[in-house]
Amino acid sequence: MSTLEIKDLHVSIETEQGTKEILKGVSLTIKTGQTHAIMGPNGSGKSTLASTIAGHPRYNVTSGSITLDGEDVLAMSVDERARAGVFLAMQYPVEVPGVSMTNFLRTAKTAIDGEAPKLRTWTKDVKAAMQQLRIDADFAQRNVNEGFSGGEKKRVEILQLELFKPKFAILDETDSGLDVDALKVVSEGVNRAHAEGKMGTLLITHYTRILRYIKPDFVHVFVDGQVVEEGGPELADRLEEEGYDRYATGAGAATIAAAAQA
Amino acid sequence: MTDITTEKARIGAPSAQPFINGFTEEGESLSPINAAGSKAPLAGEAVKSHSHGGGVGIPDSSRAGRLTSYKLADFKPLTGMEEDWRFTPLKRLRGLHSAVLNGTAPAVSVTAPDAVTVETVGRDDKRIGSAAIPEDRVSANAWENFGEATVITVPAEFESDGEINVVLTGQGTDASAQHLVIVAQKFSKSVVVLDHQGSAVVSENVEIVVEDGAELSVISLQEWNDDAVHASSQQAKIGRGAKFKHIVVSLGGDLVRVTPSARFTAPGGEVEMLGLYFADAGQHLEQRLFVDHAVANCKSNVLYKGALQGRNAHAVWVGDVLIRKEAEGTDSYEANRNLLLTDGARADSVPNLEIETGLIKGAGHASATGRLDDEHLFYLMARGIPEDVARRLVVRGFLHEIIQHIKVPAIEERLIASVERELAATNN
Repeated sequence: MSTLEIKDLHVSIETEQGTKEILKGVSLTIKTGQTHAIMGPNGSGKSTLASTIAGHPRYNVTSGSITLDGEDVLAMSVDERARAGVFLAMQYPVEVPGVSMTNFLRTAKTAIDGEAPKLRTWTKDVKAAMQQLRIDADFAQRNVNEGFSGGEKKRVEILQLELFKPKFAILDETDSGLDVDALKVVSEGVNRAHAEGKMGTLLITHYTRILRYIKPDFVHVFVDGQVVEEGGPELADRLEEEGYDRYATGAGAATIAAAAQA
Repeated sequence: MTDITTEKARIGAPSAQPFINGFTEEGESLSPINAAGSKAPLAGEAVKSHSHGGGVGIPDSSRAGRLTSYKLADFKPLTGMEEDWRFTPLKRLRGLHSAVLNGTAPAVSVTAPDAVTVETVGRDDKRIGSAAIPEDRVSANAWENFGEATVITVPAEFESDGEINVVLTGQGTDASAQHLVIVAQKFSKSVVVLDHQGSAVVSENVEIVVEDGAELSVISLQEWNDDAVHASSQQAKIGRGAKFKHIVVSLGGDLVRVTPSARFTAPGGEVEMLGLYFADAGQHLEQRLFVDHAVANCKSNVLYKGALQGRNAHAVWVGDVLIRKEAEGTDSYEANRNLLLTDGARADSVPNLEIETGLIKGAGHASATGRLDDEHLFYLMARGIPEDVARRLVVRGFLHEIIQHIKVPAIEERLIASVERELAATNN
C-alpha cells in the first residue's frame, strides 16, 4: 500500500509578462487501488499539476510538498521520480527521432527495475501488451512516437503504463483526441493495470466521457488552480449535465457552499 | 498555347520568348560564350593546362567559376581569406598548403576479391587525371608531389560479395602526398572502404570513376590519431545510369578536411552523399562537397550529420549543389544537421544551391544546428532513464541514421562503438 500526498501545492511559471501563479494551494491524497479524477475547464491548472508531479523543469514549486510514502518527491530528479514509481501518461507525447521503440522500452524498463528484463519474457510481454492495445507489431521497429497519429501516441503511453507497472499513474488528458473505439481500448488498458491492485490512478480530464469506461472513486473539480469541489463518482454525472459554468472563476468558497446546499 | 499540358509541366521554366532581351523568367542569361561546349572542368582545355571553371563570364561566386588546375603554381599562396579556406585554420595545416610534400605517405594495404585488380603505378599512368582535377592549392600540391598511385579496378559486370578494404596507415607527421584511383567498370557492383588510421600529415587525392551502369559505394573513414592532419579531395565522375554512394565518417584527427565531389557526365545517374562527424575539444572537422548536375535527369541526395562537444570543437559543412542549364529533370536535395552537446563548440553550415534551369523535378536544401531538445530529454527521463543515458540515446539515434546506410556490418559495429566512446567522453 502506497500513498502519494500533495499538500498545499503552489506552482508558478515564468512567462514574458513575469511570474504567473498557476496552482494556488492544491491538496490531494491518493492511495494504492484508488482512482481519482481531476476535472476542470481549460486553463484551470490540471495539466500543470500532472507535469509538476513528474518534475517538468518549466514549473516552479513555490511552496507545499509532494511525498510518496513519506519520501520527498520534489527533491528527486525527473528520472528518480519515475524510478520511485510515478508515471505520467503525457497529453502530447513527443517524438524522439532515432530512438526505436524497442530500444526505448527496454532501456526504460531496465532503468525502472534496476536490472535488465529477461529477454524472452520481456519480448513476449511487449508483444502481448501491444496486441491488447491493438498497436501494430511494426511499431516496435519505429522510432519513439515518430509519425504516430494522436491516437497511436496515446496507446503507446498506455503500453508503457502496462509494461512499467508504476505505483501511481497520472493520465494527463489521455482521452483527448481519441475516437470512441480508441477510448475503449485505452481505458481497458488502464483498467487492466489497475486491476492488478498495485496502482493508484490520477485521471485528468476535461470531459466526463472517459469516466464511462474508467470508474473514479473520487472526483475533484479544479478551477483557477484550486480544488473547488470534491465528491464521489456522482459529481462527475452532475458535471456532465451542468458543465463548469456554475464555478465562476474567483467565486471560490461561496460557490462551493452554494453548490453543496443545492 | 496550343498544348496546355506541356505548358503546365513547364511552370517555372524559362519561356521561349524572353520578356527582356538577355533575361529569362529565371533571371539574367549567362554569357553566350558559355553556352558552347561542355563546361565541366575535366573537358576541353582543362586536360591540357588549367581552367578557370566555366571561363569568361561566370562570376567567382559561382561554384562553376572555380579555378581548377593540375599545377600548383596556378594557385596563389593561401591567406585564409579565400572563400573555400575561410573556416580552415591554416596554421594547423602543417605545411600541406606551403611545403614540398615529400614525407612518407600513409602505407596502403588492400584486401579485395581476386577479380579486383590492385596496382601501384607511376605518375605517368594514363588513368591518373581521368576523374579529378585539383580545385584548391592543397590538392594541387599533392598532385605535384605524389610518387606513386594505387589504382583499384573493379572489372565490368563483376559483383563483389565482400567489400574492398583499403587501409591507409599513417607513417609519421612529415607532410606527404597520396594518390588513389578507383575505377568501377561498367555494370559492376562494389563497396570500397578507405580506412585512414594512425598519425599522418597528408594531402590526398582520390579519383573515382563510376562507369555506365555501375554501382559503387565509397566509404571514407577518418579515425586518425589525435595529431593527424588530413586533406582529402575525393572526386567522382558518374557515368550513364550509374549509382554512386559516398560516405564520409570523420572522428579522429586534429584537422580533417574532406572535399568530395560528384560530377554527372551522362543522364540517369544517381548520387547519395552522406557524412557523419563527431568533433571533440580542439578538433577541426571540415567537409565541403560539390554535386555538379551538368547533364539532364540525374538525382542527388546529400545528408551530413554531426555532433560537437568541448571547447573549440569546430565543424564546417559547406554543400555546393550546382544545377547547370543543361541539367533539366534534375532531382536534388541536401541537408546538414548539427547537434551541439556542450558550450564552446562551433558549427558552420553553409548549404549553397545554384539553379540555372527551371526545368527540374526538385531542388532543396536545409541546415539546422541546435542543442539536444529538452522535451526529448524530459520524455525519456520521465520513463526513469537517467539524464546521461537519455542524452546518449538521443545522440546515438541522431548519428545512427547515417551509420545504418553503410551496410557493411563490421564497419557499422565498429563505428557504433567509436560513437559510444566519443559519447562516454562527454562531460555531462
